[in-house]
Amino acid sequence: MVAQHTVKAFDDELARLHGLIAEMGGLAELSVHEAMDALVSGNLELAQQVIERDKRIDALEAEVDRFAITVLALRSPVADDLRDVIATLKIAGIIERIGDYAKNIAKRVGQISGRRKFEPLTLLPAMNDLAAEMVHDVLTAFAARDAEAAAEILTRDSRVDAFYDSIFRNLVSYMVENPATISTAAQLLFVARNIERIGDHATNIAEVVHYSVTGKTLPEREKGPLPV
Amino acid sequence: MNRLQDLYWPPIALALAGALVLVLSGTEPFLVIAVLVAWIGSLWLRRRQAKIEPRAADSGVLSNRMMIDLIEPFGLPILMLDKDRIAGANAAAREALGQHVVGQDARVALRHPEAIALLETPSGTVMVKGLTAPRSIWQVSRVPIDARFSLIELVNRTAEADISRAHTDFVANASHELRTPLASIIGYIETLSDPDAKVDKATSKRFHLIVLREARRLQTLVEDLMALSRIEAEKHDPPRNPIDLAMLASGIALEIAESTSNDSDGAHRVIYAGVEEGLTVAGDRQQLDQLVRNLVDNALKYGDPVKPVVVGVAHEGNEAVLTVRNEGEGIAPEHLPHLTRRFYRTDPGRSRAAGGTGLGLAIVKHIVERHRGRFDITSKLGVGTTVTARFKLTATPALPLAQAAG
Repeated sequence: MVAQHTVKAFDDELARLHGLIAEMGGLAELSVHEAMDALVSGNLELAQQVIERDKRIDALEAEVDRFAITVLALRSPVADDLRDVIATLKIAGIIERIGDYAKNIAKRVGQISGRRKFEPLTLLPAMNDLAAEMVHDVLTAFAARDAEAAAEILTRDSRVDAFYDSIFRNLVSYMVENPATISTAAQLLFVARNIERIGDHATNIAEVVHYSVTGKTLPEREKGPLPV
Repeated sequence: MNRLQDLYWPPIALALAGALVLVLSGTEPFLVIAVLVAWIGSLWLRRRQAKIEPRAADSGVLSNRMMIDLIEPFGLPILMLDKDRIAGANAAAREALGQHVVGQDARVALRHPEAIALLETPSGTVMVKGLTAPRSIWQVSRVPIDARFSLIELVNRTAEADISRAHTDFVANASHELRTPLASIIGYIETLSDPDAKVDKATSKRFHLIVLREARRLQTLVEDLMALSRIEAEKHDPPRNPIDLAMLASGIALEIAESTSNDSDGAHRVIYAGVEEGLTVAGDRQQLDQLVRNLVDNALKYGDPVKPVVVGVAHEGNEAVLTVRNEGEGIAPEHLPHLTRRFYRTDPGRSRAAGGTGLGLAIVKHIVERHRGRFDITSKLGVGTTVTARFKLTATPALPLAQAAG
């Protein structure tokens, strides 16, 4: 905890907000991992669990919103406390999006056929691990109020993007060579896109964390060209 | 001193003053003394009672503080929870979960849904994946102290999971390596024994040779596997026999040199360049023999076929240093850390064609480890590779004495 407040209840409220964000984040992290596990193994039951979990994430987001607004209304926080409460509001929204992407991947599990001999399916887990690690580390950076760690996470997004490019090309060439795989490959393209978005959202959280801790926004990142 | 301080001086002074007034007013002295005794005695009793109360309250507050101090030096990460807040985290926990967790909501430290579910039950144990690093596995246990406080203990199970995965990998690899030559033997024998297949004499001879080669490969593989498991079994039992490493290495070098001498110009491909004798180490003769043979064998197999392999044993400080150097294409740096892994091959096709089992360097590593030595491979692409093994010299080369001791 940073400096203590005169009103101890305010400390408790801030801690509870952070706790709620951590709980949401933990659920989203697990969903991101399990969605990919379900996709690779074709486990529909696991996919269903991921889809179900999204409701819990949504409920938590609503709880964070309500609670943060109560804190803003009752305590009128200023300076870093204000930024902290605003950050929890924003991060809750972003985590909810990440949960949606995981759910989206899980929904596609049933539509993948010919799983065993599908080579691009081996690249996706590696990409997913990178994105999931970004989500994990950015949540830790928020909990630790560590602006440097947040800035470091921004630099990792380019790796996820590079992965996305190579998977994109790989899948397109697959479709060209073997039109029978088009429906599966198209599904996997969306999966790759979703993972790429998860990576982007992790960097969005990193930006919020950096702002919340330092009060300064990070310089705009350069976006690479779209895959061709 | 303490006892005197504990007494309530102002009420006692008041009692004495009261007694004085009674005496002055002409009351019976005995009555005055009786009143005084009753008064001060009641104060005495009150004092004892009052002393018990703060002690009870004190010990409650102290024990929590003391608990945090108590868990501090433990090697396992331990968190102390005050309801849902983390009241204390020991050094190991701060190291594993970050300095920031103290004072935070417990969910901040244990983000995983399973761990959060544990926070809603008074006690229990769960396994949590990815708590710290992506592949980490932690066993998280909760123990209640009272209605308010509880302890959370974290045990890192990642290494155990790694070991069990390594074992599974090994079994999978070993069975794969055994199956390949077997499949080939069965295939050729089936063709040979098929009465309908018209196999001419030359082909039949070729097939037989292939079967023989594959069977030999199986044999070496099984021998290597057995050697490996034997060395592993003896890992914690350091060898004690005094062995002259220089004499051993030069002998093997000479022997291999003769069997592999270049036919065209008669030049030996293995050269010994080192001390001839007098470098005694505590060792196992058979294993050191195998170590030198494996290294020279590798150097010959993967070196330039016309360039010599140089074997040497030198005296450095209190160590005997065995080096085997070849010239050739060398090994790419990214392969170096994995070379001693079982069945690791930089170029699988070529290694098998050369008759390698993929276990040679794994055996070497285990032998060096058992001898408490050090092993190092340096390589430059396009130049060659140098393998170094260092062993501690023993003080006395006196053979019978050491044997008696061993």
